[in-house]
Amino acid sequence: MSVLDSKVPKGPLDQKWTSHKNKINLVNPANKRNIDVIVVGTGLAGGAAAASLAELGYNVKTFCYQDSPRRAHSIAAQGGINASKNYQGDGDSNYRLFYDTIKGGDYRSREANVHRLAEVSGNIIDQCVAQGVPFAREYGGQLDNRSFGGVLVSRTFYAKGQTGQQLLLGAYSAMNRQINRGKITPYNRHEMLDLVLVDGKARGIIARDLVSGAIERHSAHAVVIASGGYGNVFFLSTNAMGSNVMAAWRAHRRGAFFANPCFTQIHPTCIPVSGDHQSKLTLMSESLRNDGRIWVPAKKEDAEAIRAGKLKPTQIAEEDRDYYLERRYPAFGNLVPRDVASRAAKERCDAGFGVNKTGEAVYLDFDAAIMRYGKEKALISGQKDASDATIRTLGEEIIAAKYGNLFQMYEKIVDENPYKTPMMIYPAVHYTMGGLWVDYNLQTTIPGCYAAGEANFSDHGANRLGASALMQGLADGYFVLPYTIGDYLADDIRTGRISTDSPEFEAAEKEVTDRLAKLKAGKGLHSVDYYHKKLGKIMWNKCGMSRNEKELKEAIEEIAALRADFWENVKVPGDLNTKNQELEKAGRVADFLELGELFAKDALTRNESCGGHFREEYQTPEGEALRDDENFKFVSAWEYKGAPKDAVLHKEELVYENIELKTRSYK
Amino acid sequence: MALSGLFLVVFLGQHFVINITSVIAPDTFNTWSHFMGYNPLVQYVLQPILIGGVIVHFVMGFVLEIQNRKARGIRYAKYNGAANAPWISRNMIISGGVVLAFLAMHMYDFWLHEMVYKYVESNPQDATRYYAETVEKFHSPVKTGLYVLSFGLLALHLLHGFASSFQTMGVNNKYSAAIKTFTKVYAILIPLGFAFIAVYHHLNPITQ
Amino acid sequence: MKLTLKIWRQNGANDKGKMQTYPIDGIEGDMSFLEMLDVLNEDLINKGESPVEFDHDCREGICGSCSLQINGEPHGPDRLVTTCQLHMRSFKDGDTIVIEPFRASAFPVIKDLIVDRSSFDRIQQAGGYVSVNTSGNTLDANAIPVNKQDADQAFSAAACIGCGACVAACKNASAMLFTSAKVSQYALLPQGQVEAATRVENMVRQMDLEGFGNCTNTGACEIECPKGISLENIARMNREYLSASIKG
Repeated sequence: MSVLDSKVPKGPLDQKWTSHKNKINLVNPANKRNIDVIVVGTGLAGGAAAASLAELGYNVKTFCYQDSPRRAHSIAAQGGINASKNYQGDGDSNYRLFYDTIKGGDYRSREANVHRLAEVSGNIIDQCVAQGVPFAREYGGQLDNRSFGGVLVSRTFYAKGQTGQQLLLGAYSAMNRQINRGKITPYNRHEMLDLVLVDGKARGIIARDLVSGAIERHSAHAVVIASGGYGNVFFLSTNAMGSNVMAAWRAHRRGAFFANPCFTQIHPTCIPVSGDHQSKLTLMSESLRNDGRIWVPAKKEDAEAIRAGKLKPTQIAEEDRDYYLERRYPAFGNLVPRDVASRAAKERCDAGFGVNKTGEAVYLDFDAAIMRYGKEKALISGQKDASDATIRTLGEEIIAAKYGNLFQMYEKIVDENPYKTPMMIYPAVHYTMGGLWVDYNLQTTIPGCYAAGEANFSDHGANRLGASALMQGLADGYFVLPYTIGDYLADDIRTGRISTDSPEFEAAEKEVTDRLAKLKAGKGLHSVDYYHKKLGKIMWNKCGMSRNEKELKEAIEEIAALRADFWENVKVPGDLNTKNQELEKAGRVADFLELGELFAKDALTRNESCGGHFREEYQTPEGEALRDDENFKFVSAWEYKGAPKDAVLHKEELVYENIELKTRSYK
Repeated sequence: MALSGLFLVVFLGQHFVINITSVIAPDTFNTWSHFMGYNPLVQYVLQPILIGGVIVHFVMGFVLEIQNRKARGIRYAKYNGAANAPWISRNMIISGGVVLAFLAMHMYDFWLHEMVYKYVESNPQDATRYYAETVEKFHSPVKTGLYVLSFGLLALHLLHGFASSFQTMGVNNKYSAAIKTFTKVYAILIPLGFAFIAVYHHLNPITQ
Repeated sequence: MKLTLKIWRQNGANDKGKMQTYPIDGIEGDMSFLEMLDVLNEDLINKGESPVEFDHDCREGICGSCSLQINGEPHGPDRLVTTCQLHMRSFKDGDTIVIEPFRASAFPVIKDLIVDRSSFDRIQQAGGYVSVNTSGNTLDANAIPVNKQDADQAFSAAACIGCGACVAACKNASAMLFTSAKVSQYALLPQGQVEAATRVENMVRQMDLEGFGNCTNTGACEIECPKGISLENIARMNREYLSASIKG
């Protein structure tokens, strides 16, 4: 018997959440006033959780490294949020959303969690509309939907290409209401540097005020970690510059198991890398695949001519183009899930068909969509014999209304007009499905320490479907945690305030200050970015879109060596007691250097290909992922034992009672 | 600011209508001026309101300017205001200041003279004196020049201020374009008209 | 590209601060403005000098962290972009670039180019929300149809990223565009109309308390706003405020 207890309630799948809510303990309103909760991270999951918990009556403290909760990286999510409302009447249902998510995740997520997610998805939309989130609407005043990858229905709600922004501002407004009432105390420009355990329970954190440099102790009866994902371990990713794993990793070091670290999402449609100076990558929303067609030249000589700048994409005849996704996956075409689309792009580029200078880009072409929409618009507006030029103009207007901000962003970065010439795109690290292991209640293996949103591992298995991250973040924050955390806190009504003067806090603070001093004490040979870039190269080349045993073993060695070098030679200028961005970065990169090794170790252990995890040794003759349900139908949860190489694997066997495991096919 | 400004804009129109008669029909000018000078409603109700309006407008203008400078705190080493806003909108304090200085001169020329004439020296009513007195004032080319210059800055002040007052009062809709066009016409025509009157009287002195 | 940078350096809130000149070489047009500063910082660190601190995070123009007054304009000479999306191809070899923090009494400098914009948060906290519980037990999302034009306009107002360029650009350091964007978003939606009057009064009161300047309708904010927030929002807020004041 594993030490991991998922605490999934008994009963039929669609009754589990309801009956669980009916049975769990509640805290009466008067007692809630005596209970403190710390929420680390103020994105969709953290912001929503903080607002809901404060509304219930708990005293909430929020922590974010940004200068305002509104700037958490959820804000950058573009395309949309899924919900099984079935407003389009196209056959959607809770079950179908549940099924699509499990299948999209390549059967590596927990049934009960995912079904709960589907159940509350509709509530999220209701809630957000009530908060004044301006979703896109149709002319009749009803909400509009669009399609995302890996599904056959239109269930994605959106606000142009800024859905994450609007949802986050909604959660932030709910927070503001509680801040105004004095129920939330926001600690902005603060970073959690450690988790404090008292008698085995999470009872507070050590945080650094990033402006004054002061090290602070904050106590609470429970700690929620909603600090997002760790995609920045790759250095180049679509994450924000500050996105980091510190909060989750500190919890891991204190006893929270880290699940499936190798499950990373490489998003197929990002703007390709342009040079060594590049600091981050920019996503082009998956919603673009609704209308854009992905292709590379069918002839190698054409690809070579394009790379040499002798040929333009618009000069290549229709029959000389290889719409490889439509060719390989006729049923889903350009809307296959992200892992499949990314690997297909890599396959074409590796085969020599890439279309930018470095040979690492494919085309995303809107020409057909522009003409299709233009024709429709011309007909509606009574122009039966419109010229091609008129149709094109009309079509471009419609594309601009749908994706204007994305097209503008592309043009600013690449300096090419995507209305006239196809976009160039390439896969980039975008999201991490792995994270802190949590049970059905979103509690980690540390009592009182919860994880929500991207920071936990729970709902997306080995691959996340588009527009599901926003759904999960808000579901965890608004509708799951507020219930499940009460069950735990019901035992704490007599505890009273937690003192920060205990030896545990004292010791934790000392560890933190020692670590900062050690970072400062490096010999000063190389900057933090130097190490981060090196780590990123190892991760991308050896733990990226395809992995193999040999390279993973090398990666483990190389990362361990790089980590030792870092601690010995890093250069951190400035003082500990002022604003010091290099010091902040150094702490984050130090944790990435540990996580990266565990990542590789996890990938090495998982001898199968599933979702975003593709092991070259395990593939079908056609190059599709070869899953091994017999041996790997489990969640890998790693226990910290010092160095990452000593981490101990615990397995949570996944039980599928409601879904038959099949080979994922999008053909 | 917007309300007092709009009020002054209306006053300006009325002032212009009376003044232009001095060019077209001097007798009408005399009659109207006399009415304005001795009608109790104008003298004891409207005149104080007008003075109040002017005072409110410029006092508030200075107060806002001080508040606004304080709101910036430390000044930019380089501030490229021309990149995003027209000169006139950024320098209302300058155009306004010039207009205020002009107003002082103008009050000295006409209003103070009237007050002394009527209330200090208690001269008898004479409904025919206004035209000649007015023309006399524009004898000096320097004064006429000052008047014309001031009208130029008044035009600039109006160009921004008139339409802007609607925005401040919350009017920004399908009529906004029309308001802006009207502003341009009004802000240029009225000061131009005043300048014309001044120059006209300078060039056509009474030679009896 | 070879450039001369003149950058405001200020070691903490209480330091006096001064402009400092740095030559920089090897800049490519494809670099973003912040990547150009990364190059400078890497160089400064290697030389043992303290790197220039500036706010930035998402680097894709949506989080609103990056600020910087560049050659006298917030987010630089390009339109509808934030500093992180401003690319060096907007400059040419030999240019001198003056880089300052956003200046406003309500945005005190924390260090170098980093300013404290928490005044914006406090304006939002004063009323920038709909008082609805997050229980999920609300009306069905489609229960109240919303006119598409209103929904689109509300979205356009809600697109504000809270970067503060409007304040930085305004000769009066006024926060009217920011505040009005939020007021407008809710005023345009049926869900927000219930509390419209108290919201606008509270938010405007807080805005004044923070020490922002007054709006004199120069329109600089609209031109410099990276998200193209319209001046119509200011008129709408003025309207809302007037009607709220009259109703008392």
